[in-house]
Amino acid sequence: MRLRAPISRRLYVGASIAFPLVLLIAWWWVTTAGYVRPLFLPSPQSVVAEGWRQIEEGILWRDASVSIYRIVAGWSAATVLALPIGILMGNYRLVEGALEPLVSTIRYMPVVALIPLSILWAGIGDAQKILILFIGTFFQQVLMIMNNTKAVDMTLIRAGQTLGFSNGEILRRIVLPASMPGIWDTFRITIGWTWTYLVVAELVAAQDGLGRRIMDAQRYFATDTIIFGTIFIGLLGFATDYLFKVGGRKMFGWAETTR
Amino acid sequence: MKPKLSIRDLNMVFEAEGGPLTVIDGLNLDVATNEFVAIVGTSGCGKSTLLSIVGGLTEPTSGTLLLDDRPIIGPGRDRGFVFQNYSLFEWMTVERNIDFALEKSRMGRAERRELVSEYIQTVGLAGFEKALPKQLSGGMRQRVAIARALVYRPSVLLMDEPFGALDAQTRGMMQELLLKVWDEHKSTVLFVTHDVDEALFLADRVVVLSSRPGRIKNDLNVDIPRPRPYEVITESHFAELKRGVLHDIREETLKMMAIEGAS
Repeated sequence: MRLRAPISRRLYVGASIAFPLVLLIAWWWVTTAGYVRPLFLPSPQSVVAEGWRQIEEGILWRDASVSIYRIVAGWSAATVLALPIGILMGNYRLVEGALEPLVSTIRYMPVVALIPLSILWAGIGDAQKILILFIGTFFQQVLMIMNNTKAVDMTLIRAGQTLGFSNGEILRRIVLPASMPGIWDTFRITIGWTWTYLVVAELVAAQDGLGRRIMDAQRYFATDTIIFGTIFIGLLGFATDYLFKVGGRKMFGWAETTR
Repeated sequence: MKPKLSIRDLNMVFEAEGGPLTVIDGLNLDVATNEFVAIVGTSGCGKSTLLSIVGGLTEPTSGTLLLDDRPIIGPGRDRGFVFQNYSLFEWMTVERNIDFALEKSRMGRAERRELVSEYIQTVGLAGFEKALPKQLSGGMRQRVAIARALVYRPSVLLMDEPFGALDAQTRGMMQELLLKVWDEHKSTVLFVTHDVDEALFLADRVVVLSSRPGRIKNDLNVDIPRPRPYEVITESHFAELKRGVLHDIREETLKMMAIEGAS
């Protein structure tokens, strides 16, 4: 195989199915043959059975819908703020100076440690979960969007200036569309991070949700529930990623294979 | 006669790490209406900075710049700018890219459409109206940029090494195209390049800048009659002019290398 040499679509898809399948078979084999106790690693069959039970009892649908709602709300709130602030940070040095060191510091603070404060501020309802997801997403996202807009070539901005456009118009009509493919990628990556914060968000005072289900299962050593829940979150994340990828390809065809 | 553009005692000092760096030092230059002036010099002599100052994109440290007797205080639609690296809006079609330049004019939709298609014809891009920049070659992209800079009819056209990134053949074709367009729509042109052949082929006047600090070293009248066929660059008079300019630039390059070697 040569470095970066293209392969056929069939081979690519084949590999992406075959490798997980090999892992699945290995998993099935070590559990069914009795090499590990079910408490430590339940068999794939029992994980599937657990999934089926959750579907039949309607738990899965209820959990998924509240969790997806929280993810969408938390991520959207972060994005609505991060987009304008990130654009300003990327294009006004003063705004960058005022916010960048602060944001860079905050983004390293452990989100779990903020749970007590988040309860004080937002109570124990949905608002608290959304707040945790917001904190986990926003501070990373705003810096990435700043960098996305900085990648826009200065001559595009200068072209806008020579054509008589104001700063605001240049940001909205030149910098934003020019950096949109990069920003869309940031959206895709950060919503993935929002998903990873779900369990943290549902750690306290949650009745339902995919993360809550996993935390509850821990108390009863229900490892099949834990593994099913984890894989299910992974699959939902994968689906989100796929939607963003397809959407990006549709919208930003102009940016592909340039230069 | 009053000059179109008048530059007096222009100074440009940048704050560099090793202390202030004088890029332009007391430069004076007058450009007449519809004159085509090429500015040549070694890299780092401040020729692009000079263009950027005239364009209003960079503020000079001191000096006066008058365009039609009015001071230049920022970018304006009386000047069109063509950059070296195309600077096209990649998400817009060829047509939209050019039309974008007309948004700040008070023209009606129909008038705009007509003007855009006229300039697409002028630069030879008919049939590519709906193409995206990524589908175009370097030369074609630069034609779009030229059409965009001309379509709103600025009286001064500023060109910063516009053909510098093109291969030699394409560059030759673009030079001829530019002369043709300039002939149809006369305007005052300031053209920055480091290609001496290009400067002599295009311009009425070639201004050689000295390097660091940038001053005018030579101001040469190119007395080659127009229209100039492309073979003109092989004629003896052309070669004579070229010898002089090359000599000036070489002197400056050696000076520059001495400065850089010493620091």
